[in-house]
Amino acid sequence: MATIDETKAVEGSGDTPPKYKVIGTRPIRHDGADKVTGRALYGADIKVKGMIYGAVLRSPHAHANIISIDTSKAEALPGVRAVATSADLPEPGDKIAELGEGSVVLNHLSSNNLARTKVLYKGHAVAAVAADNLHLAQEAANLIEVKYEVLPPVMDVLKAMEDSAPVLNPDVRTEEASTGEKGDKPTNIAKHIVFEKGDLEKGFAEAEHIVEREFRTSTVHQGYIEPHVATALWNNDGQITIWTPTQGTFSVRQQVAELLFVPLARVKVVPAEIGGGFGGKISVYLAPAAAVLSRKSGAPVQIVMDRTDVLQATGPTPGSAIKIKMGVDAEGRITAAEAWMAYEAGGYPGSPIGAGAMCVFSCYDIPNGRVEGYDVCVNKPRTNAYRAPGATNAAFATETVVDELCEKLGMAPVDFRLLNASKEGTRRIDGVTYPRVGLIETLEAIKASDHFKTPLTGKNQGRGIGSGFWFNAGLKSAVTATVNTDGSVSLLEGSTDIGGSRTAIAMQFAETLGLAAEDIKPYVVDTDSVGYTDVTGGSRVTYATGWAAYEAAKDLQRQVVARAAELWDVDPALVSYEDGHVVGPDKSVCFKEIAMELSTTGEPLVGSGVSNHNEPGGAFGTHLIDVDVDPDTGKVDILRYTAAQDCGTAIHPAYVEGQIQGGAVQGIGWGLNEEYWYDEEGSMRNANFLDYRIPTCYDLPMIDAIIVEVPNPGHPYGVRGVGEVPIVPPPAALEAAIYDAVGVRMYELPMSPPRVLHELLKKES
Amino acid sequence: MAKKRIVTATINGREEEFLCQPRQTLLEVLRNTLNLTGAKEGCSNGNCGACSVLINGRAVNSCMVLAVEEEGADIETIEGLAPGNGLDPLQEAFLENAALQCGICTPGYIMAAKAFLDENPNPTEKEIRFSLAGNLCRCTGYDKIVRAIQQAAKQRAEQSASCEKETV
Repeated sequence: MATIDETKAVEGSGDTPPKYKVIGTRPIRHDGADKVTGRALYGADIKVKGMIYGAVLRSPHAHANIISIDTSKAEALPGVRAVATSADLPEPGDKIAELGEGSVVLNHLSSNNLARTKVLYKGHAVAAVAADNLHLAQEAANLIEVKYEVLPPVMDVLKAMEDSAPVLNPDVRTEEASTGEKGDKPTNIAKHIVFEKGDLEKGFAEAEHIVEREFRTSTVHQGYIEPHVATALWNNDGQITIWTPTQGTFSVRQQVAELLFVPLARVKVVPAEIGGGFGGKISVYLAPAAAVLSRKSGAPVQIVMDRTDVLQATGPTPGSAIKIKMGVDAEGRITAAEAWMAYEAGGYPGSPIGAGAMCVFSCYDIPNGRVEGYDVCVNKPRTNAYRAPGATNAAFATETVVDELCEKLGMAPVDFRLLNASKEGTRRIDGVTYPRVGLIETLEAIKASDHFKTPLTGKNQGRGIGSGFWFNAGLKSAVTATVNTDGSVSLLEGSTDIGGSRTAIAMQFAETLGLAAEDIKPYVVDTDSVGYTDVTGGSRVTYATGWAAYEAAKDLQRQVVARAAELWDVDPALVSYEDGHVVGPDKSVCFKEIAMELSTTGEPLVGSGVSNHNEPGGAFGTHLIDVDVDPDTGKVDILRYTAAQDCGTAIHPAYVEGQIQGGAVQGIGWGLNEEYWYDEEGSMRNANFLDYRIPTCYDLPMIDAIIVEVPNPGHPYGVRGVGEVPIVPPPAALEAAIYDAVGVRMYELPMSPPRVLHELLKKES
Repeated sequence: MAKKRIVTATINGREEEFLCQPRQTLLEVLRNTLNLTGAKEGCSNGNCGACSVLINGRAVNSCMVLAVEEEGADIETIEGLAPGNGLDPLQEAFLENAALQCGICTPGYIMAAKAFLDENPNPTEKEIRFSLAGNLCRCTGYDKIVRAIQQAAKQRAEQSASCEKETV
């Protein structure tokens, strides 16, 4: 594994003393003991006094009108306490809600929770039951009689765009993203995006080589190991409490309030520990129904999904059809690039086509370009964010074309990238100009790696490289720091902790005050106990909530300086906070000591910090992969893997490596195995973990992570988000490696053994 | 509904008596009847390993066995692994190597790794990867998990060596 030393070699600062005392160290995470002893309480571990259990009846059809729902038999079953259908959710009309990370048409969100007039995918929730135990609830759900008028399903993004295609949502019109204007007839195309820069025709006329290719990618799922779960209590005074594992407690609060038409202040969301999310645990699926069942039954209600529900009825990330055309001059400079992209939104509009269209050429400095994108409804679950949403399939297409151009040019792919890489001042086709970014540094780090310098030796072995980008997000965060009488600090925050962020936030706080990471006790608390905090998403938590913690520490610095001046009876202008100490004219006292002293001489010390900065400083990664392709089966084995990523400043390097390794492996799964496999009726035929096969440890080598640190000028400690970038390059780098190994190009994801074998046989004949 | 049966089994070293229906899995009884929620339900069909516990020393997906089958069995769960004051070498190794992110797979991983190391105290990386492929983790990419198990194996070997010395 690459260590921080290699990073310093990249930065050329190996001999300088460490800049920070806490940042860059590897303390044991604060919630560690709870998580290795089984004490940590995840969603389904929450037990509320008097709790009963819910079950959801789901559509067996991919596309149908609901004619009638008869719940009488279910209600008559002994032990059943309540039944809910869409009739229990108010009609939101055409209201649109801003949910922190994007807006949503409430009518669609409501109908996605409990279908109103139509079911739009197999597994779509139709009704919910609460009973004394889970088995009874499931029995009762099966007694609900639903009459459907079955409609032909639309499963393919290109077919869904045809004029003759059955329309899923009668209210959807094509919105032109640039003007906001809407078309006049019902359609499956919800949005059309165009970005342009320079003169495309002129750019292609200047090109020495042009490559144009078409790509298809499958729907894939985040695959978090914890299924969705929500527990709701609608109390006798009308107050609603939701216990749930979520990436955004405040987002759940808003969604529940909007969908149930209750005031925001009446909803409290308590975060359970969360067993993975990757973007998939932001939308609500169960909480509104659980709340309705609680109101009707008078008891707290818990609903848990099983794995089939998770795959069929939550929010995977879209399959897509992409065309890429790129031209280069004789020296290898890109002269023009054009993309056409259609993303499957699922049953309701809202695929990450916008992000995909911005990311598709994000790694390159392109003088002339055009990107066209479509958001298209199909009879699959309503898609949602998945780690750098929209970027991975886009990068797969672009990077594969780049690899072909390199071959035509006879140029090493790493050198082509170094020549054309986005850097400070590069303007993307969608108009954004980059601040200081570190793509070139990741390419140089890969070029300097032992992996790059070690040649391949075997037959059917190949090496591929790919780069990827993600914007990262800022948004709003708040923390409260209460100083204990012994000088330790309890840190309350609203960012749910998916991968060790409690510790990364506490470390930035500790660094600022001059404390040790262990002096801080970070807690993720409910929506009534901390200031508004946006979702754990967009790789924003270490950046934004870390910044709020920094501000809270600064607040405490100011307070202890003022109070010390009073205590010491000196002019406050002569007291300052330096290197963890309050420094006066004739003394210097560390934070813990002054805090202990102040605890007996005045009011309690409580600091607060907020952040709403939006200079997250986009981040890039470059991955190098060696594969061995079995020519008899088409199976691809990964021999060696190195991922370099610019993370600005690594707060806790072990968890930064972990993000890079985990993201890379999700990208490997996307590239080689994972896909939603549908039959002609629109039924997913692999809705379990045996057949929807995510990578196991046996499929993988160690993943060497090289941390590159190009500090983000837009953050007090130079932090850039880390989590999302590493999923982007793997499918592209794998494609290049497969081609290098056996000479076949793969234009469709996943590059599973049958597909690779098919291409090999085609080549032979 | 079938009548509930009384089952007696040893759980984490203590004899426990519990009532269960024949259709209830061991996982459901552990979690809902005995309040041992360390074993997690990730898939309900034996594919993810998050519910791994030891039955008579063997790692088993507790979602795949019925509780009524466990009369007289010796069952170990994550709750029973740590010594009274401190942590098991596997638990320590997982923390020191940052081998968990969300942590939902961790209890199952640690129990499966314990059974594996009990049988194969000095494994190669390939043996670790082969034997623990039934436990899925979606966060870490497994790199740090494999390293944690390697470290735990080393530490256990050192501990048993020093124990032997003491007995001599």
